[in-house]
Amino acid sequence: MITSHLPILQVVVPLMAAPLMVVLRSGAAAWTLAVAASWTALAIAAGLFLEVAGGNVVSYWIGSWPPPWGIEYRIDIVNAFLALLVSFIAAVVIVYCRESVRAEVPRERHYLFYAMYALCLSGLLGIAVTGDAFNLFVFLEISSLSSYVLIALGRDRRALMAAYQYLILGTIGATFYVIGVGLLYLLTGTLNLADMAARLPAVSDHRSVLAALAFITVGISLKLALFPLHLWLPNAYAYAPSAVTAFLAATATKVSVYVLLRFYFTVFSGSGIFDDRPLAPIWITLSLAAMFIASAIAIFQNNVKRLFAYSSVAQIGYITLGVSFGSVYGLTAGIVHLFNHAVTKGALFMLLGGIALRLGTVRFDAIGGIGRAMPFTSFGIVLAGLSLIGVPATVGFVSKWYLVLAALERGDAWLAFAVVGSSLLAVVYVWRFVEVAYFREPTTEVARLREAPLSMLVPAWLMVLACFYFGLDTGVTLGGAGAAAESLLRGPR
Amino acid sequence: MTAGTLIVGAVAVPLAGAVLIAAAHRTPNLRETVTLVTAGLLFLLVASIVPDVLAGGRPHQTLLPVMPGISLAFTVEPLGMLFAVLASGLWIVNSLYSIGYMRGNGEAHQTRYYVCFALAIASTMGIAFAGNLFTLFLFYEALTLVTYPLVTHHGTEEAKRAGRLYIGMLIGSSILFLLVAIIWTWAIAGTIEFTPGGVLGGNVSNATMGLLLALYVFGIGKAAVMPVHRWLPAAMVAPTPVSALLHAVAVVKAGVFSVLKIVVYVFGVETISGMTSVDWLPFVSGFTIIAASIVALRSDNLKRRLAYSTVSQLSYVVLAAALLTPLSVIGAALHIATHALGKITLFFCAGAIYTAAHKTEVSQLAGIGRRMPWTMAAFTIGALSLIGVPPAAGFVSKWFIMSGALQAGHYAALTVFVVSTLLNAAYFLPIVYSAFFRVPGAGAGGGDGHGHGHGEAPWPMVVALTATAASSVALFFFPELPLQLARQLVARSPG
Repeated sequence: MITSHLPILQVVVPLMAAPLMVVLRSGAAAWTLAVAASWTALAIAAGLFLEVAGGNVVSYWIGSWPPPWGIEYRIDIVNAFLALLVSFIAAVVIVYCRESVRAEVPRERHYLFYAMYALCLSGLLGIAVTGDAFNLFVFLEISSLSSYVLIALGRDRRALMAAYQYLILGTIGATFYVIGVGLLYLLTGTLNLADMAARLPAVSDHRSVLAALAFITVGISLKLALFPLHLWLPNAYAYAPSAVTAFLAATATKVSVYVLLRFYFTVFSGSGIFDDRPLAPIWITLSLAAMFIASAIAIFQNNVKRLFAYSSVAQIGYITLGVSFGSVYGLTAGIVHLFNHAVTKGALFMLLGGIALRLGTVRFDAIGGIGRAMPFTSFGIVLAGLSLIGVPATVGFVSKWYLVLAALERGDAWLAFAVVGSSLLAVVYVWRFVEVAYFREPTTEVARLREAPLSMLVPAWLMVLACFYFGLDTGVTLGGAGAAAESLLRGPR
Repeated sequence: MTAGTLIVGAVAVPLAGAVLIAAAHRTPNLRETVTLVTAGLLFLLVASIVPDVLAGGRPHQTLLPVMPGISLAFTVEPLGMLFAVLASGLWIVNSLYSIGYMRGNGEAHQTRYYVCFALAIASTMGIAFAGNLFTLFLFYEALTLVTYPLVTHHGTEEAKRAGRLYIGMLIGSSILFLLVAIIWTWAIAGTIEFTPGGVLGGNVSNATMGLLLALYVFGIGKAAVMPVHRWLPAAMVAPTPVSALLHAVAVVKAGVFSVLKIVVYVFGVETISGMTSVDWLPFVSGFTIIAASIVALRSDNLKRRLAYSTVSQLSYVVLAAALLTPLSVIGAALHIATHALGKITLFFCAGAIYTAAHKTEVSQLAGIGRRMPWTMAAFTIGALSLIGVPPAAGFVSKWFIMSGALQAGHYAALTVFVVSTLLNAAYFLPIVYSAFFRVPGAGAGGGDGHGHGHGEAPWPMVVALTATAASSVALFFFPELPLQLARQLVARSPG
């Protein structure tokens, strides 16, 4: 039955689409293929999600080799939630890509762009579904290498520098990760994550376990842009093609957070390595630093894309803060914010891409009065901005509710105030946009702009509406996140 | 129609009205008709719920579950009923007035204005009928956001700054304090439904209760308890009908309404009446009453004077709620209604004076009563209501509030009320006196400063301000409906 092969198809469909695009050498054909691949991936992810929503675990043996000798794809609610998120974003962004890429990427490279997009997607999905530490590294590299290329395709020459910066830091991150995995392999003799978790307690008094944890933590933190390891992110987001920014901002860092969760709560949790080590305070401190410092930096940006890039660093702080609480509420907040922030930032960057397409820039000093020239785009940015602030009836509110609840549950009222306090900084930078867009007289250049093309506006507004829909109907998102949190806290099985 | 449908209709009708108003933007007459029809329809809808509530019914409607244990839900209880009747009724009058004002002053962006106004009323209905704190918070924030374009209507630098203060203080305080207070309540009580007798009974320490109350009172920035009041005078930059309905009735009353509702249905009057940690509230609100009155006394700008008078009068409601006696709670509920009628009249008059005579300062008003007798007569009634003199409705609510202060034996509060009454008289009566009995001074000149005379403002405005002034008098003679609703608020069990 084909349905029993869903886990591998999740990765293989976009992976096979990529070389096919290179063979076809046509931009239009490549886009069509990419749409087909992304939508198929979404359907597969939805199927997997439904399969494991009841608490099942799907174990798929590649080539029928039983684990731990063969590679196992092991999908529980955590993986499925993430795969659903990534493929949902990919499916929406690919529609948006057509016009945006046509304007921002040279014609002869279109088919390469879509090939890279498909590769990046398959890499991210691979990380989400695999149950093997080394296989995860391979997918991490696939997604990273393709995203370096995607970023470098930006029309601004600074995109090259940004991609190079990301390449260096990303490679350090991936290398650290593989060193950590290597150490664990030496200690346990296995690369299967579940098997590793089972064998680790026996060798946990070995100092190398600590070294492995340190390498993996720092390596993954680089990839997820944890403050202060976020330096690659603002430039990469600001100068990449708009569609790439929307796609990566909504998925790449989220997948890295998943890897972190997997290692902390599945692999290392049974080893007792966290006992007597002040890991939670370190994580909380770094998260708070991200929330406040990155938000404060965001306020003073002139480039709106950079502004929201710094805001992403801050929002990642919310996610890691929730995770570092280590409670059901905290983890639920962190995991649901993976989705909620992905939708919000996806919407924002897609709408900004519309302005970039029409005006060629998204600097505050150039977009004055844009609210009159591009009313739908601007109003969408305001609405998504409200979600970023966490106004009720938006997804941002749901995350904030659980995060504050988790802080109060710990008895740390000051942390609750820190969470809401940093969202006030979001009010400031969102309102900067409001004032520039609606109170300035449009320049002649802005005044003659047309609204963004429908093929971009519709997917972007779909995301905006998703910010509100999933803010009021939280069954799938909060339900999935809650189940994922409980599953993680139960530890390895 | 079932009661549940009616409640949802009360929020949905103005929302639908907003869409239709936007659709009719090419034909102003049709657009204004839509506003008036929507307002009338809304009032009928709201009024049709009243008999059920008076009979002790508490119509309830859950719209959708949002998070586990938390849903978007409406429940009509007496206080919300009173607030909804007030806001929807005054919307009709205010719409009439708006038409006169916006056209008389040739304002731009009128479609946006009417759309936002309808959205603001929809949010207000949501606040009035909110069945739990989540629903209340949702519509509370929505009200701030949809009134922002009204405050910044003129798009000037001053409007932009006022808008910054408006969003900054209202959104800021609500996220920083109110949201935390709501989640804290949820963490303690496991429910955020409005429940007669409160939900916090029993398991909350004295200190926590005091802290929680502070988070609520200062988190609800719309109640304008000092020091969270600065946004209100700043918001006066808006067109006058906005100041009249929103910043004298809907928005600010949503604030004190929320405070009162939370004291009654979340804390529970009996639960906190023995607690020492809540004793600070009468003093903070008492200070606001006096301090704001003094600022009002020193303001020459008429709208600014009215704004500070509003700050002061809002704290009447907060102080009355803080006294925690049945009589003062009744007084608080009544004062929401009586102050609304009085203050909207005064703002209507200020707008009429601006439209007809282009005057904004108190010192320019000498002798204006002869040119605008209807307007200044209405102004007099509004002023008397705020001072608390019969035959205006303000007397009734003040009577209950002061009786409550006596009942509580809170002489400091009683002193505050007496002093503030004197201050109210001191900043209103000179206006009335100079309008009617002083000859236009040489400095002010006759006419409107353009060398020609003026009479009354356009007729829709005069009709509107006469109507509200008349209602204020009518409410003095026939206070049964609000009184009955207010009494139910303090009854041990509904009905």
